[in-house]
Amino acid sequence: MEALILLVPVSLLLGALGLIGFLWALRSRQYDDLEGAAARILFDDQPGKDPPP
Amino acid sequence: MTDLKRPLIAEAPQSAAACAHCGALLAPGQGRFCCTGCEAAYGLVRGLGLDAFYRRRESADGVLRPEISAPAFDALPLIREDADGVKSLELMISGLTCGACVWLVEQALAAEADVINARVSFSTRRLDLRWRGPAARGNELIALLSRFGFRVAPYTPACLRAAEDVEGRTLIRALGIAAFGAMNVMLVSIAVWVGEDMGAHTREFMHWLAALIGLPTVLVAGMPFYRSATNALRAGRVNMDMAVSLGVLATTSMSLIETFRNGPYTWFDGATALLALLLAGRVLDRAARKKARQAVAELLALQDGMVALIATDGTTRLVPAASVEAGQCVQIAAGETLRLDGQAGVETLLDTAAITGESLPRGFALGAALPAGAVNMGAPFTLEVTAPARDGSLAAMARLLEAAEQSKGRFVSIADRAARFYVPIAHAIAVATFLLWWLGFGALWQEALVNAVCVLLITCPCGLAIAVPAVQVVANGALFKRGVLVASPTALERLATADCAVLDKTGTLTEGRPVLIPEGQDPQTLRAAAGMARASRHPLAKALVRACPEAPLMQGTREIPGQGLEAGAARLGSPVFCDVAGVSDGMVLVFRAGADAAPVIFRFADRLRADALQAVADLKALGLPVELLSGDGPGAVASAAIASGIATWRAEADPHAKAAYIKSLKAAGRKPLMVGDGINDTAALAAAHVAASPAGATDLAQTTADIVLQREGLVVLPEAIRIARRAQILARQNIGFSLAYNVIAVPAAISGLVNPLIAALVMASSSLIVIANALRAGRV
Repeated sequence: MEALILLVPVSLLLGALGLIGFLWALRSRQYDDLEGAAARILFDDQPGKDPPP
Repeated sequence: MTDLKRPLIAEAPQSAAACAHCGALLAPGQGRFCCTGCEAAYGLVRGLGLDAFYRRRESADGVLRPEISAPAFDALPLIREDADGVKSLELMISGLTCGACVWLVEQALAAEADVINARVSFSTRRLDLRWRGPAARGNELIALLSRFGFRVAPYTPACLRAAEDVEGRTLIRALGIAAFGAMNVMLVSIAVWVGEDMGAHTREFMHWLAALIGLPTVLVAGMPFYRSATNALRAGRVNMDMAVSLGVLATTSMSLIETFRNGPYTWFDGATALLALLLAGRVLDRAARKKARQAVAELLALQDGMVALIATDGTTRLVPAASVEAGQCVQIAAGETLRLDGQAGVETLLDTAAITGESLPRGFALGAALPAGAVNMGAPFTLEVTAPARDGSLAAMARLLEAAEQSKGRFVSIADRAARFYVPIAHAIAVATFLLWWLGFGALWQEALVNAVCVLLITCPCGLAIAVPAVQVVANGALFKRGVLVASPTALERLATADCAVLDKTGTLTEGRPVLIPEGQDPQTLRAAAGMARASRHPLAKALVRACPEAPLMQGTREIPGQGLEAGAARLGSPVFCDVAGVSDGMVLVFRAGADAAPVIFRFADRLRADALQAVADLKALGLPVELLSGDGPGAVASAAIASGIATWRAEADPHAKAAYIKSLKAAGRKPLMVGDGINDTAALAAAHVAASPAGATDLAQTTADIVLQREGLVVLPEAIRIARRAQILARQNIGFSLAYNVIAVPAAISGLVNPLIAALVMASSSLIVIANALRAGRV
């Protein structure tokens, strides 16, 4: 049972990291345009453009 | 062996029969494009090296056809400037139908040397544009987009409200937290359930761990339910959220007590899993309706606008229509919609179809009251505003609407009706169980409480709470695929129970715009006349252009407002204008190629929608008697009614008469479905049991309607009724199943036979059965 002392906090920590990641994604508005994001990964790279002067 | 056969695929298939830009079917004799606008757009796309767009395009055919004369819109007042000279502009962009459109817009703008950033949000239709350079570039960039066929409008507060879905984001956040909590608590709880040889200390550790995760989860993720329940309580009602809140909170507090006592089980897993499941249902439900709200906001933004206010020093500037006061003057361009009531110092020609249902423009005398909502068909003029927007005729219509909608707000959905009798009974049984065990059987109060909580847990309306939302999500999704937007949460239920249909004529049963009657006109003459007609916004001229869209604009065409067009010796216009006697005025245009050429007469008619007859027959087959209610004259209404197979019709009904008729139907115990498109229909739409508006309806009608048809045609309406009825049957089955499950499970809980593991398993299985049943709603 000693393993629990280590493993339970580790599993909770990993889960909490996932939750924090989710809340961060939500806050940075990554859930606002789900359809657009789904289509966007299929786009080709932006054509090269000179940086504006 | 080289002369075998022609290659099987000669060229891309769309060049054979469909327009190479917008994909619309080509008329015989047309080359690769359906109109000059598409040809220009195609050249533009290829010129930018973006022709990959055509391989990805999935939009409906014909959507991307550039407007012949895109309405001018000045973005200058909307442009913001940062400190370092970077200009930024937020726009609502309409016509985005697939990912390829997003790609085209972004790439085309990025190809401009001075554009720093162009990013489109597909679901909110919002374009964020930033560039370095003069502000006037903004208008050029907008013009570029409209040449592709996209329509651009200012990103108005209404768009923002529809997109800024604060409640939706709260729900997603709560779902994330509940899902995290449920999974981690389950990890601990399963260990307790299966670990029968677990020592008391380890079990206590596990209980505290579960409480540590479960308690904050229940408190934070349950907030949407607690808030809704308190709101309902304050209003003196009970709803399903109240049962959910009480069940979850009772389970949690009981679990907390068990944790302190180090009892055999806690139920944090049940409480958190229940929250996660219910929140998932809400998030899906909301996402489905968000699409509908977004589409309506998009329509509004295209029609909402600015007016050109003439300042005292004679300069004009664009201001929001709402800020104009009575007595001020605004400039009305040709083809512009009047946003305010007023009068003009000149004779004017206005199209009032949206307000009165008249299908042809009408002349207004000097000083006559000009209604907001009319479209200027003549020359530009100065409008002296007689009433600010908040007191004008449109606002009066909106107030009429509000009054009617409040009465509609009293509609109680089937889920709330079920909650009304279910919640008190469930809680009464829980209390009775506690008293029975404690006083009746003389058990310890803790033991009695465990049994009472088990009752609450079992009756916590998991299946019942998702019984109706699950069906609605599936049915709304099925309708969305067919181009039907469901804007109100109770619309499906009301649509399913409608027992008669009342249709408007102009724009609903008919296409609402004149169409050239083919009478074997000579194609060359038609082409020449259409070339002249291109110079005008008159509905008949536009109809002529639609009949021959490839005709180029005839140079030097001059419009004489209210009479016709002139290009050298050629004339196109009313019979009087072209000196032709014996032809009745009305839906007729006369064309003379020269002073002594023979006149050619083009007749027009407001055609019935192609599927009107079918739709009416389908409605009747569904048991809905169909009536026609129109503001037009008796002759036109009667012929439309007969042609579409409608036996009952009423003509010359003004907006009040329409609303009064609908109310009289309701007073007689009927549940009318009203279908209408005009401003004159909105009061009737709001008064009806359920309201629908067809494609191309006015903004006011679309916002009032519960159901908005996005695609041309009415035949989807009977199909929507079939889906709604099926959804109702399934919702009833689900409710019935949940209740039956409770009838069996509750006695077991009262008698203390159910342990929490069994309760959780049975509850989850009941939810799964309800969801599986709901999935059938999409199949009709």
